[in-house]
Amino acid sequence: MQHVISIHDISVEEIIDVLDRAEKLLPIARGEATTDLLRGKVLASIFFEPSTRTRLSFETAMNRLGGGVVGFAGAEASSVVKGETLADTIRMVSGYTDAIVVRHPREGAARLAAELSDVPILNAGDGAGQHPTQTLLDLFTIRKEMGRLEGLNISLTGDLRYGRTVHSLAIALAKFGNTINLVSPQGLEMPSEVVGFLKKSGMFGTACHSPEEVIEETDILYVTRIQKERFPDPVEYEKVAGLYRVDPELISCGPEDMIVMHPLPRVNEITPEVDAMPQAKYFTQAFNGVPVRMALLSMVMGEN
Amino acid sequence: MPEKYMKVERIKHGTVIDHILPTKAFDVLRVLKLSQDRSMSILINTNSQKGGKKDILKFENLELTGEQANLVALISPQATVNIIADGKVVKKFNTEAPGVVRGILTCSNPNCISNQNEPIVSEFRLSPDENHRYVCTYCERDIVDLAKYVRL
Repeated sequence: MQHVISIHDISVEEIIDVLDRAEKLLPIARGEATTDLLRGKVLASIFFEPSTRTRLSFETAMNRLGGGVVGFAGAEASSVVKGETLADTIRMVSGYTDAIVVRHPREGAARLAAELSDVPILNAGDGAGQHPTQTLLDLFTIRKEMGRLEGLNISLTGDLRYGRTVHSLAIALAKFGNTINLVSPQGLEMPSEVVGFLKKSGMFGTACHSPEEVIEETDILYVTRIQKERFPDPVEYEKVAGLYRVDPELISCGPEDMIVMHPLPRVNEITPEVDAMPQAKYFTQAFNGVPVRMALLSMVMGEN
Repeated sequence: MPEKYMKVERIKHGTVIDHILPTKAFDVLRVLKLSQDRSMSILINTNSQKGGKKDILKFENLELTGEQANLVALISPQATVNIIADGKVVKKFNTEAPGVVRGILTCSNPNCISNQNEPIVSEFRLSPDENHRYVCTYCERDIVDLAKYVRL
């Protein structure tokens, strides 16, 4: 694996490789063991857009592997404010470091970076485009929590139109042989090309507007944030948001071993009472970003 | 057909692009980026012997390359290209939609990195799974209505 740009570039076999390697690195990710695997290596962490989990987990991952991190968070802290292009920034940073993690507001930025960089590029989110490491950590969480990565009934819930992670997640889950239900408000449905892929692969379950319709046969309830700014009328938003609030009552309608995931940040789509329930796995999911990103960093920097 | 009834003169040397989708001749011209002062004939919505309507383009003293011919397929996949010498068709080939298109189109996504102030050549790939669908290499979005996004 040279770069990590799009989940579409990564084969099923490579995904399993990443997950297996992440599994082995778990004790180090938890701080129970130490390693010098990437000692002497430097990671550039360049974030032109805000990030909490992705940036901190990448930087933690590099530190846990014994390497160092340089970089910036926010375009205002870089020469972009002086008019420097992304291309020049990447050429320069690739001379300083052994790998670059980049988040950028424009779709395709990581692909351009990969073309120009002498060192591996890891895409930490490009606009409304790809966020492959999120998909990988979601798959890791599912395999870890459910004991398998196939034959599951997964209900993707919330903003399925603009949410950048759910598109690639839906495709990846279908490739592994899971049935996908799509639960979204009117106007925020999954794009037709993704629905087309699910139908073609025989992995399309149900599309509906209310989680109650699918909760009984759901193994994984994957919740995404409904963005207020998508609704011109705040009253409309409140009406819709109310329908998509995951609370103990909704969870009690699902199977006992159902789990609830969320890429975070959440606003109010999962009530705080759910956090203490055994089904709530979203903080574990966020932690899993560390071992998965450790696996990716060690793979792209060629260390076994 | 007697010469006097012909709508457009036959050409002696050059290229005829036939079976262009009706009303798409100007889009084909845009894709080919041929200079405006060139002698050419344009037939729009003319009757096709195969039934229905079609457009035709005729260029005097110009032989399209295979690469140029394939660009025609971006707009009209069924078009045929005939190379004329001494008034006769000496070469005829069906156009084939190119697998990769570089520098010809702009991405329809305004937030794509290829539409920013970056040193970048736009690139689109023909999707293997769908009919005549081009996907931006950078933002991975489809481009629809290709003619609208020809880089001038």
